[in-house]
Amino acid sequence: MARRSRSALERATVVTPDLERSETRAKSRRGFLLALPGYAYLMIFFAVPMLIIFVYSFGTRSATGRTILGDWNLDSYRRLFDDFVLSVMWRSFWLALVTTVICLVISYPFAYYIATRGPRLRGLLMVLVMIPFWTNFLVRTYAWRLILGRNGPLSALLGFFGIEEARLLFTNTAILIGLVYGHLPFMVLPLYASIERLDWSLVEAARDLYASGWKAFRKVTLPLSMPGVVGGTILTFIPSFGAYIEPELLGGAQTMMLGSFIENQYYAVSDWPFGSALSFVIMVLMLVGTIVYFRKGGRTA
Amino acid sequence: MTVQSALRRRGLLERLLATHSWLVYAFFYAPIAVLVVFSFNGGRQVSIWQGASLRWYRQMLQDAALLSALRNSLIVAVVSTIVATALGTATALAMERFRFRTQRVYEGLLYLPIIVPEVTLAAMMLVFFIQAFDYIGRITGTPPNLSLTTIILSHICFNISFVTVVVRARLAGLDPSLEEAAADLYANRWKAFRRVTLPLIMPGVLGGGLLALTMSLDDVVTTSFVSGPGSTTLPVYVFGLVKKGVTPVINAVSALMLLASMTLVFSSLLVQRGGSARKSKAREKERAS
Amino acid sequence: MRRLVLALAVIGLLVTACGDDAAETTTTAGGTTAASTTAASTTSAGPKACAAGETDGNLVLYNWTQYIPTGPDAVEAEVTDLIAKFEEEYGVSVTQDFFTSNEELRSKLQAGATGYDVIVPSDYMVSMLITDGLLMELQPAALPNVANVDPEFMNPPFDPEHRYHMPYQWGTTGIGVAYAEVPEDFPTSWGLIFDPAISEQFPRGTITLLDDAREVLGAALRYLGYSINSTSEAEIREAGDLLKSTLERGIIATFDSDTFENMLTSGETIIAHGFSGDFFLEFDNLSTDDYDAWEDFGYFVPDEGGVLWVDTMAIPANAPHPCTAHAFINFILDAENGAELTNYNWYGSPNAAAEEYIWPEILEDPSIYPPEEVIARLEFIADLGDLNALYEQVFTEARG
Repeated sequence: MARRSRSALERATVVTPDLERSETRAKSRRGFLLALPGYAYLMIFFAVPMLIIFVYSFGTRSATGRTILGDWNLDSYRRLFDDFVLSVMWRSFWLALVTTVICLVISYPFAYYIATRGPRLRGLLMVLVMIPFWTNFLVRTYAWRLILGRNGPLSALLGFFGIEEARLLFTNTAILIGLVYGHLPFMVLPLYASIERLDWSLVEAARDLYASGWKAFRKVTLPLSMPGVVGGTILTFIPSFGAYIEPELLGGAQTMMLGSFIENQYYAVSDWPFGSALSFVIMVLMLVGTIVYFRKGGRTA
Repeated sequence: MTVQSALRRRGLLERLLATHSWLVYAFFYAPIAVLVVFSFNGGRQVSIWQGASLRWYRQMLQDAALLSALRNSLIVAVVSTIVATALGTATALAMERFRFRTQRVYEGLLYLPIIVPEVTLAAMMLVFFIQAFDYIGRITGTPPNLSLTTIILSHICFNISFVTVVVRARLAGLDPSLEEAAADLYANRWKAFRRVTLPLIMPGVLGGGLLALTMSLDDVVTTSFVSGPGSTTLPVYVFGLVKKGVTPVINAVSALMLLASMTLVFSSLLVQRGGSARKSKAREKERAS
Repeated sequence: MRRLVLALAVIGLLVTACGDDAAETTTTAGGTTAASTTAASTTSAGPKACAAGETDGNLVLYNWTQYIPTGPDAVEAEVTDLIAKFEEEYGVSVTQDFFTSNEELRSKLQAGATGYDVIVPSDYMVSMLITDGLLMELQPAALPNVANVDPEFMNPPFDPEHRYHMPYQWGTTGIGVAYAEVPEDFPTSWGLIFDPAISEQFPRGTITLLDDAREVLGAALRYLGYSINSTSEAEIREAGDLLKSTLERGIIATFDSDTFENMLTSGETIIAHGFSGDFFLEFDNLSTDDYDAWEDFGYFVPDEGGVLWVDTMAIPANAPHPCTAHAFINFILDAENGAELTNYNWYGSPNAAAEEYIWPEILEDPSIYPPEEVIARLEFIADLGDLNALYEQVFTEARG
């Protein structure tokens, strides 16, 4: 059969494997270039500092609290298994977990309610959620000191119900309240974003299908809003775990949490190797935990 | 059937949800109320009411150190937010819409600033800057110093991550066919981005920017580690005041910041509403003519 | 890309290794210019001779918050604005930056931060900074007002011969009480806190302790009859155990070094471990024409003894304007200025010549200026070298 000479148009419209590959490569390069500024920034201003700290964790503390590098050792890492350290980590983990659960339980109905209002009202309600968090965080937490104090309104309220001399402030409970208060928006926002985007026709269909509204919720609404739940719990748990301000201002004599402990090591004790070792291990644990959780719960918030 | 009518069938549920929500709002605003009320306290005590007075507002306006700290805070917040938002948005687009090598590594790197405990990030940045200054000093002869710049650089670090997370969430929920259609329509990729993608992700970008602004304005630990002479920011100054002796001046500052942000937000809402009202009026006019 | 990550890792390691090597050899961290001058100044008189009153640029002061009268605060306290006065007299401008703890100051200086001309470290911190070579030796020629300093403060254990510091304010650490809540003849002893029999009568969580290992363990050591600078591990651990058992009784609300006086006067606590001047300032502020806070609250130094502390002025080794720094220190050592400092802070002035300008109610207050026999029971906190870490460790673990 005689070979026809291809017209220019024909040649242009035939997609050869070569063309496809070079297109994906071009696209991949574009993507890389787009991400490059942020990537480079984080590499220089985050990865390098992190490496420096990592190196520090193998150093030793001098008598005056300086960090001596060169005498590499694993002492700091060994100390991580001390009873005291483990108890601090456990307390922080537990408080962060309880905080997250409470935030979730409070936020879900709240976010659901807002997401099911009319479009204008929705925006306004969300803004009203954000506004308190435009005041200084320290002062807001300090205000809880007043509210929970011996002579504060909450104490008076409890006294009204016959509960005298209730110790609210400087307890784990106070820290919990402070943590929940500080992190509610981090739970509400992703939940709201997720619920607001739901395809309500699916919910309606589910309601018609299942006799009970609760079952419809459980089988359709909840799973569809999972990305929001995952995002919210991560954004709540992680900061709560390493929180510093709330335990400092609201915590008591025996409620030391991780954030205060690390700060204590860097400042008062000036044991940078130990502080760095601790920080590094926590970082790795959290990163692994987050990745695992993410994979299980869905890709994006 | 709309959502609203669906819910109204369940009157009790609706009422329960409403009550719950109002309680949550009360919880949000209780400390704010305490804060604002005590900013008018006549006495020095932050917890014992001694009559109403404006003295703290007056004192605040005369406190040069406080005002300078406020100014520093605003500069740092605005600059770091703008840069972080730009970088974060670009990153989010890259991660969601493209596939390239090292994406996994970058993904992990992106989440680290959020995961790292504040204090660790602060210590990291301090050591890094000092070492960097050491090197720069050896090359150029004059070592730079801790300043607003070092604070801004540190804030951008964690803000990039926050912005990326928010914008990615928004992108993930978008229908990619819209962008594909735009790509076919506009020959220029940049035009397609500007006309279609950008407006679609704008709520995410604004949300991320807002979050970054808030985190920057509130940051205490990292800022106090990396600030130098003359670069104290408001939260650090307040922290120092709390350490020295709390007076209602801090309440006054917070109350004013609250007022400022409420005004900002409500005025922008009004502008939006005005804009859409004007648009619908214009459309009506068109239809009529 | 993996190569890039590896490269960055190597860079990171090099940076730390080389950077700190240099730091170790010159015994400071920081730029080269600073390094050469400090190498000289740790052994000899300093980079440049300063005459009395000479200035070489503007001043950056790194101080505790509200520790020097300035601005509207000074006006309200009816005290001279010392910063403005200095600016006027010497024609320079002063920037004040703040730190909230000695450790924060040390961290910044150890990490190599520059730009500060005068710093205000506490006693034990001075000796630590000297050991690290972070302080510039003072030039006596630029400090004629040193003659005003009370001989008591001339040869402290943390810096004998006064080579690196000048005293700023001094005070005691003791106990503040709310008279209404404690029995009439309560014992003026640390037992109020540590003795179960005595503290039993107080409601749970109404006592605060300072958030400071040396102060708290020092109090415990004193109560047990030992020195606050004990070098015996057994004694230190005994103090730690006492602290732990005290905490387990639940009477301690929290550790607080900043708002303990507020909590006392607002009724949150009834007993507070704290610094003299902080209490007095609070009581003074609370008093109005109709109300005398001193009738409801008081402060005392316990019978067993306690801590005498001095805050000092020092010049960092890499200070950019050492002459102005000297001028400022000399300015504070002036009799009138030193008096105004005390009139503002309600702390003791180490300046003997200032006494004639200090308000009588401060001078005559035995809590601020204790009689001889009380001072005899007080000790400075000393830098114990390697043992410092033990104190910190015992303190942290008792809190577990």
